[in-house]
Amino acid sequence: MKVLVCMSVVPDTTTKITFTNSDTSFNTQGVQFIMNPYDELALTKALDIADPAGGSVTILHVGPADAEPAIRKALSMGATEAVRINAAPTDAQFVAEQIAAYAKDKGFDFILTGRESIDYNGGAVCGLLGAMLNLPSINVITQLGVSGQTATIERDIDGGREIVSCPLPFVASAQKDLCEPRIPNMRGIMAARTKPLQIIEPVSGANHVNYSKFELPQPKQGVRMISAENPEELLHLLRNEAKVI
Amino acid sequence: MSVIIFAETRDQQYKKSTLEAVSYGKEVAQKTGGKVIAVSMGGASDAASLGNYGADEVITLHGAEFATFSPEVYASAFAEVCKTHGGKTIIISNTYSGKSISGRVAVLLQGALATNVVDYPDTTSGFRVKRGVFSGKAFAYVDMQSDVKVIAITPNSVEIKTHGTSASVSAHQPTGLPTSATKIESTQTVSGKIPLTEAEIVVSAGRGMKGPENWNMVEDLATALGAATACSKPVSDMHWRPHSEHVGQTGITIKPNLYIAIGISGAIQHLAGVSSSKVIVVVNKDAEAPFFKAADYGIVGDAFEVLPKLIQAAKASATS
Ligand SMILES: Cc1cc2nc3c(=O)[nH]c(=O)nc-3n(C[C@H](O)[C@H](O)[C@H](O)COP(=O)(O)OP(=O)(O)OC[C@H]3O[C@@H](n4cnc5c(N)ncnc54)[C@H](O)[C@@H]3O)c2cc1C
Ligand SMILES: Nc1ncnc2c1ncn2[C@@H]1O[C@H](COP(=O)(O)O)[C@@H](O)[C@H]1O
Repeated sequence: MKVLVCMSVVPDTTTKITFTNSDTSFNTQGVQFIMNPYDELALTKALDIADPAGGSVTILHVGPADAEPAIRKALSMGATEAVRINAAPTDAQFVAEQIAAYAKDKGFDFILTGRESIDYNGGAVCGLLGAMLNLPSINVITQLGVSGQTATIERDIDGGREIVSCPLPFVASAQKDLCEPRIPNMRGIMAARTKPLQIIEPVSGANHVNYSKFELPQPKQGVRMISAENPEELLHLLRNEAKVI
Repeated sequence: MSVIIFAETRDQQYKKSTLEAVSYGKEVAQKTGGKVIAVSMGGASDAASLGNYGADEVITLHGAEFATFSPEVYASAFAEVCKTHGGKTIIISNTYSGKSISGRVAVLLQGALATNVVDYPDTTSGFRVKRGVFSGKAFAYVDMQSDVKVIAITPNSVEIKTHGTSASVSAHQPTGLPTSATKIESTQTVSGKIPLTEAEIVVSAGRGMKGPENWNMVEDLATALGAATACSKPVSDMHWRPHSEHVGQTGITIKPNLYIAIGISGAIQHLAGVSSSKVIVVVNKDAEAPFFKAADYGIVGDAFEVLPKLIQAAKASATS
């Protein structure tokens, strides 16, 4: 059993987002970077399946060297080895091309990503990888079990849930409810220090999109308070002033 | 050259998000030229009706392959139609189904992909779209540089426009479809309920509700307003509510016209997922709750006292 888990490294969820260089780049000053929360779920599930089968889990990140603390965290959670593709991730398509180029001849039984990265929110890498590797792609999964050459998967669909079966190999993206994220223990942290971290150079990829500018949402005008004794007034305002009901 | 829309249905009816996507397509075609073609798979009761929202043509795909949704099959068939009809701008709704195919379609058409798009494109020089990033904490302007552009738009981002016209409808039989490797074993949908991501009104509640047994009030208010229900992260973590209702940075990002938050403090991670809502109402017993800073209307009060009155007022307002 060989599993690949793709990891993005994102600003901590408490980060107040600001931009620099005339709003053309994200201001990383003072920002703490963490492993994308959905990728923690993907890794945990991969380990839960691969460990009892005596398999291996490779954690893969496309990005510069400052991601290494997050990569070490993944290794301390239990990943067997890590690979970092040494390139600045410009967009989801570039990232997926890098991952596909790496994974195509490695014989992974399945590949997991997160549902989305909480910074760029593309939710795109899973489907892109599926098409690039010509594998089925199953988005937003909440349960995964592998038996022999078949996986049974529960996933979110619009307005409900669905259970699908799928032969190995496949690509899937982890959604909340898949599992509780593993917390690294002392032994894991010690072991992570000596686990292999391979650094490879990127392949050249197409440049489909370019992030030209960022913007913060318009601040609210200020709140209008309504007496708790008079909810009719709220309904009246929502209907006649805000016109949303 | 044409603008092609992936037209999604629910129970044979076009979804509201599809009507938005067609309206979006029409707007793009007015800027870039070309026909507006909607592609409808798996059967819709009234394909020609998409003309009213701006479609010139509707192409329907029938067959056993489309009876259930398979991302590989749907993406291949859709991409084939896009190629045959010279699709340059491809519009898909950012629903779960839309998200499952948009990446695959972009690869098959060797196009540029932008998901989470929240506004019409700027075509004054090149093709620039605005998309939500950092889970609603910011927006990015993205230049789509490839000849083919695949755009996944967030539901509730653009207004539906009607044109009072009807579309021509033709059937298409795709060739060389892959057989689906995935097999659907069972499907469970909550019928009659509006999916959270597509809802125009959302009633949401947090830990201030004390326990799952009190959610009947939240549901009553939602029913009276025709709203979907949502919750904060701790509420779904404690299994008071299903995880599919969890909104925020690590949950679903939503963009309704009206978001009503009851007994939610307004932590930065929660605000991230809901701050794009057009109008926000906060009910909290603590006047200092941070959520009031992000609200348009606020009521300081105990949810257990305010909710019954609010439900009554909403019921009265619905019938007036
Ligand atoms: C990595 C990470 C990711 C996170 N992601 C998310 C996310 O995606 N979404 C999310 O929601 N949270 C998220 N959180 C959690 C977030 O930080 C807050 O802890 C959470 O949003 C608080 O939920 P709450 O407002 O329901 O509860 P509380 O913070 O406990 O607030 C309850 C509120 O109810 C009010 N209240 C109490 N009783 C009453 C009453 N009778 N009537 C009226 N009001 C009352 C209180 O004044 C208080 O403001 C995340 C946290 C972390 C660390
Ligand atoms: N730079 C990256 N390196 C490796 N995997 C990534 C990277 N960016 C995104 N991913 C994976 O793709 C998922 C979805 O990301 P996105 O499409 O950016 O929302 C993430 O949860 C990761 O699993």
